[in-house]
Amino acid sequence: MTELKTSTSLLLNIEAIRADFPILSRKVNGKQLIYFDNGATAQKPVSVIDAIDTYYKNQNANIHRGVHTLSQEITVAYENARTTIQKHLNAKHAHEIVFTSGTTASVNLLASSFAKKNIQAGDEIIISAMEHHSNILPWQQLCEEKDALLKIIPISKEGELIIDEFEKLISNKTKIIAVTHISNTLGTINPIKKIIAIAHSKNIPVMIDGAQAVPHTAVDVQELDCDFYVFSGHKLFGPTGVGVLYGKEKWLNELPPYQVGGGTIKTVTFEKTEYADLPLKFEAGTPHIAGGIGLAAAIDYINTIGLEKIAAYEHELLLYATDALQKIDGLKIIGTAKNKVSVISFIVEGLHPFDIGTLLDQMGIAVRTGHHCTQPLMQFYGVPGTIRASFAFYNTKQEIDEFVKTLMRVINMLK
Amino acid sequence: MTIEEIENEIVEEFEMFEDWMQRYEHLIDLGKSMPMIEEKNKTEDKLIKGCQSQVWMHSELKDGKIVYTADSDAIITKGMVALMIRVLSNHTPQEIIDSKLDFIEKIGLTKHLSPTRSNGLLSMIKQMKLDAIAYAAKS
Repeated sequence: MTELKTSTSLLLNIEAIRADFPILSRKVNGKQLIYFDNGATAQKPVSVIDAIDTYYKNQNANIHRGVHTLSQEITVAYENARTTIQKHLNAKHAHEIVFTSGTTASVNLLASSFAKKNIQAGDEIIISAMEHHSNILPWQQLCEEKDALLKIIPISKEGELIIDEFEKLISNKTKIIAVTHISNTLGTINPIKKIIAIAHSKNIPVMIDGAQAVPHTAVDVQELDCDFYVFSGHKLFGPTGVGVLYGKEKWLNELPPYQVGGGTIKTVTFEKTEYADLPLKFEAGTPHIAGGIGLAAAIDYINTIGLEKIAAYEHELLLYATDALQKIDGLKIIGTAKNKVSVISFIVEGLHPFDIGTLLDQMGIAVRTGHHCTQPLMQFYGVPGTIRASFAFYNTKQEIDEFVKTLMRVINMLK
Repeated sequence: MTIEEIENEIVEEFEMFEDWMQRYEHLIDLGKSMPMIEEKNKTEDKLIKGCQSQVWMHSELKDGKIVYTADSDAIITKGMVALMIRVLSNHTPQEIIDSKLDFIEKIGLTKHLSPTRSNGLLSMIKQMKLDAIAYAAKS
């Protein structure tokens, strides 16, 4: 990686941004918190917290059901939230945005619904070697049920998908391809536009797992031409328990409902049910209304800063931290792709990630240790787990300095 | 010494430390000096799977008392395992079943007992007690 020539830190007023996140001022184990576990979940700005607070204090009612004022107001607010997400992803229609409880639920919805009509015995589904368990298990289970075959795109030592091998995996039995946009463990940004183009040249739909991508980069689903794109609210500085399944209108119309019940119907008799139009046919039961409102507030917040500035600043943090970590004796970075976001996984020779994580926590530094829900990837690298530092735009170089200094102290304690 | 006496002894030891650093350094030392489990007992069925660190534990009954040996791939976990063995090993199954193990809280290591994706310490204590129940049932 090459050093950026100009500093982008000046583009963002980090001090003002940090003041928007109340949790960043708290202490952990007597030390100022340094939060480097953004890949697991991101912290929430006060505007998101306020939106949720206002909803419960002043707006609470059920949506799509009542004639009374509160219900009508909140229905409008919830549908506005959907439109905010539509615009953020540049989706063609608001009804292509289906609210779910998160990425995992979105993948489960799609896998289950897609399989009902489109997967037969002997069919094939392609995922990659760097998927999160949430984008492996739903497909794996489906393959077991339908006697279909799960094929895996291999990766290089650097942690990049091997596209030539991907092309060889495609056959006339391939029914869907589900690949992550950005690896949660390695930080690799995958060439999804290329993958989608290759798949579409053979009329195969593609689902992109965007859980790790949306906090770091702008996503334009029309430009990508992906058939489905899924992500969670909580990694995007929004609330937990809310997520999105974007699907092209033609696909969502074609797919049968996943869970059924209240809110998903037009008419019900004991003989037959006529289902509602998009997106309601996929949204059974009362949704996480506060979640949807909070997620829209989070999107508004990051758009006031600007994802381009965020990406440039985070890239600077990535280079700075990579450079500092590489100087530590015995430390090995796992995942050295050319295109990466601000996620660094590493191991230290002879030491267990759990020990390092435990001691870092004692000194107020939150990192993730373990297999990061990517056990097949850990098996590929032959490690039981890694330590992962993942940065957001509210993190600073000073925090990275403190982290590196503390890490060296921890290594000395353990050796 | 009874289990409670050993627990009290450990609590006193830990009280001498001024800060968490020293407590963890002590745990790390305990982990490093702990006699290993015999390689032949480090088998899949002796493995207590924690999400992050793993513990192998073996127990046998000698003269009516249970002797535990164990190992872990993480050194802090190993230190905690060493403490557990020091407290429980060489006691009768009934004494082990009845033990309260309050010392963990008193030495400030309770957070390692949270039933989360951490280190398998809770599973290890359960396994040690389950072994004791099994031996008690046999005798």
